[in-house]
Amino acid sequence: MTTLTINGEPRDISAPNSSPLLWALREELGLTGTKFGCGIGQCGACTVLLDGAPVRSCQVPVGSAQGTTVTTIEGVAGAGELHPIQQAWIEEQVPQCGYCQSGQIISALALLDERAAPTDDDIDRAMSGNVCRCGAYQAIRRAIHRAVAIRSERIASDEPDQGEGDG
Amino acid sequence: MSESGALSRRSFVKVGVVAGAGLTLGVAWRLTRDPGLPTSDSTWVPNAYLRIDEDGSITVLVPRSEMGQGVSTALPQLVAEELDVPWDAVSFEFAQAHDAYGMMVTGGSTSVRESWEPLRRAGATAREMLRRAGANRWGVDVADVSTGNAAVIAPDGSTASYGALAAEAARLDVPDEVALKEPADYRLIGTSVPRLDVEAKSTGRAIFGIDAGPPDTRVAVVERSPVFGGVVRSLRADAALALPGVDEIVELESGVAVVANGYVAANAGRDALEIEWDEGDGANLDDATIADRLRSAVRNGRTVRDDGDVDAVLAGAEAPIRAEYRLPYLAHATMEPMNCTAWVRDGRCTVWTGTQFQNAPAIVGGGARQVAAAAAGVPADATEVHTTFLGGGFGRRSERDFVREAAELAGKIQGPVKVVWSREDDMRHDFYRPASYHELTAVLGEDGRPAAWDHRTASQSIMERLVPGWVPGPARNLVGKRDSTSTEGASDQPYESPNVRLTYAKVDLPIPVGFWRSVGHTHTGFVVESFIDELAHAAGEDPYEYRRALLSAHPRHVGVLDAVAEASAWGSTPPEGRGRGIAVVRSFGSYVAQVAEVSIRDGQPRVHQVWCAVDCGTVLNPAIVRAQMESGIVYGLTAALFGEINIEGGRVVQSNFHDYRMLRMNEAPRIDVVLAPSGDAPGGVGEPGTPPIAPAVANAVYALTGERIRTLPIRLGSPAGTAGSLS
Ligand code: FES
Ligand code: FES
Repeated sequence: MTTLTINGEPRDISAPNSSPLLWALREELGLTGTKFGCGIGQCGACTVLLDGAPVRSCQVPVGSAQGTTVTTIEGVAGAGELHPIQQAWIEEQVPQCGYCQSGQIISALALLDERAAPTDDDIDRAMSGNVCRCGAYQAIRRAIHRAVAIRSERIASDEPDQGEGDG
Repeated sequence: MSESGALSRRSFVKVGVVAGAGLTLGVAWRLTRDPGLPTSDSTWVPNAYLRIDEDGSITVLVPRSEMGQGVSTALPQLVAEELDVPWDAVSFEFAQAHDAYGMMVTGGSTSVRESWEPLRRAGATAREMLRRAGANRWGVDVADVSTGNAAVIAPDGSTASYGALAAEAARLDVPDEVALKEPADYRLIGTSVPRLDVEAKSTGRAIFGIDAGPPDTRVAVVERSPVFGGVVRSLRADAALALPGVDEIVELESGVAVVANGYVAANAGRDALEIEWDEGDGANLDDATIADRLRSAVRNGRTVRDDGDVDAVLAGAEAPIRAEYRLPYLAHATMEPMNCTAWVRDGRCTVWTGTQFQNAPAIVGGGARQVAAAAAGVPADATEVHTTFLGGGFGRRSERDFVREAAELAGKIQGPVKVVWSREDDMRHDFYRPASYHELTAVLGEDGRPAAWDHRTASQSIMERLVPGWVPGPARNLVGKRDSTSTEGASDQPYESPNVRLTYAKVDLPIPVGFWRSVGHTHTGFVVESFIDELAHAAGEDPYEYRRALLSAHPRHVGVLDAVAEASAWGSTPPEGRGRGIAVVRSFGSYVAQVAEVSIRDGQPRVHQVWCAVDCGTVLNPAIVRAQMESGIVYGLTAALFGEINIEGGRVVQSNFHDYRMLRMNEAPRIDVVLAPSGDAPGGVGEPGTPPIAPAVANAVYALTGERIRTLPIRLGSPAGTAGSLS
């Protein structure tokens, strides 16, 4: 039994330690937003945050996730409000078939945690592990820049009350 | 796959009034059919629904599959325009496959083209019925009743919402004639209304085939013959059955299924199977044999087009220009690997999957529903197909192999089962874009224009497998019937010449081939647009001007050529170390011209920028058209730079994204799309962005390096030399 925190809640996973986290998320916990694309760490469709870092969950054995904190696409939105990245994804109409997009959003989340205002080169570096077979790359790039703007707008409008945004 | 036929006036049936359920209209449209297909009785069928509930919700039931191309937005947009409702009042559902729908297929970039008239008419008819209901309620003349904001407006300004009038409207007769808006009055058509599917796809809530199915669905994986056409000779399953989580091993027509409590256990079971395959003759096949077969067949093709007297010109020519082009097999590699969930119980079969082909008559082998019914051994009318979102289609999901297999398995076991394909399964058991071989010969006249153009092509036929008897027998070859999905784009290549010939040699090989985004145009677009570039250079003319001069009878080709030339400042000098190439292709009713700007890095082309001009007649949703152009370009560029499926010992060599490369963010060019609509009826947009990019890039490579690319994927002959010449 592996115990970890997923999207803020403690969860137990009974899958064998060597099982990839991806399939435990999808099949055991019903978190199907995280997608299977290649199974060999090549496409990024299965990307989740593990203790804040983007990982390919098809390559993470369940056992090694003991005690960690995991964020999947289902945990990205705040209470009653989409995350700035999701908001930007919608405003820029990024998804086509949509299958890669959970992974893209998680990778973008990790990028924005690291760089407040990434350049195009930063985006290339952070996002080139995520394949989009529909070729939505240009929209993804636009949306990441827009997410930066949305986040700073939200921080600005939150300032009087809270002094800080949730990033 | 073909152009749509004429539309009937009698597009509607009132589907029936369920007490208190509001107004539901069924919409019929004419089936797509190629002239070669026999007609069937089911040509006129209700095919999409508009539902207005009493709570005011407005739902369009979309009988087409959403695979990224935006159909779940575009079709409701047509209805909402004429219904006169705000965009945020509209939602959609996917229609379940049913006999009443007749043919349900999403392919050939036909969805908007075929819905354009009937879905607008559906909206207009519903609006008219609602107006009449309002007029009746208020006892006023219907001519004095208007609509706005999903409500009917009385002459005195009072309003009744559509929801409030829906039940009354449903009791009225369906009007025979309704007026449609003039284009100048459109509020939604021509605007980038937000897609109805993006929020679900940005939050992880969108349900794809791999996510669908009832609780307690078991998972199966299938070991299929590594060689096409192989069958199981012997099977030992004890070791697999001994593994935890593995429940059953079931032999299927397509291979051996391992049914387990999850994907990981199923795969472990599969690894433990001991199977001996009878590989059959296919095991002798490899790339070299295939290339030989295509090449030696090419001279024996049947004539598809024969203008003037090509032989006479060739016979007298001193220096004809000759070139051979070769294109490889390609896998679709949809982002979501194939999968299908099926459940057979009490003589019924239920299927959940992402399919492009739900329903079809037997003549084309049946759609998912008919195929599932046959495989599960239940009647088609006891079979339901629930369509999910598709994680990419590109033609792969118009095949029914993954449905047949899941339904067969479900018929042999208890409870629901989901067959999941690994990426390796998906890549090695695809229906590939056919490999092809082309020989071209041209003679230029004194004026530099082609005095003769001779194109001989050889490939497998896609249609022959799907529609046995489709390709005419030897006697009928004489009348020049074409295998359209093999020759489209070549048989109708638009460049002016008095003497043009195309021959097509159909080659039979055991590699499964199928529809791959833009189908025949994927190879004919490359060949025609590369060869015309060769001729331009041979004539000493600018490739844009040369094309333009030979297209005087084709104003829409010229329109997009001019638009892309302007956008790219064609004729200006590219930045140091870069070259530009141009191409124009008409496909699926739309015209697309592209200019690619490339440099050479590490001996391979790097595409920095693509300009794209598209004339898709009338633009329904500009943002979707742009996105589809970008998508088609990335798809075609991926193939041009990396795409190749090799065959060795009858097996597919490639297996996953490490050896079948995808274009990534850091390699994706900047793309500028110019919309240059002619105002004609809408053309397709899902596929037409793909064909021009490979020749545009190859032509740019030529402009930059002098090396002519005649084989895809692009591999520069002498990387060091080429790069060296630039530095
Ligand atoms: S499924 Fe994990 S990287 Fe592709
Ligand atoms: S949106 Fe289809 S793979 Fe990215």
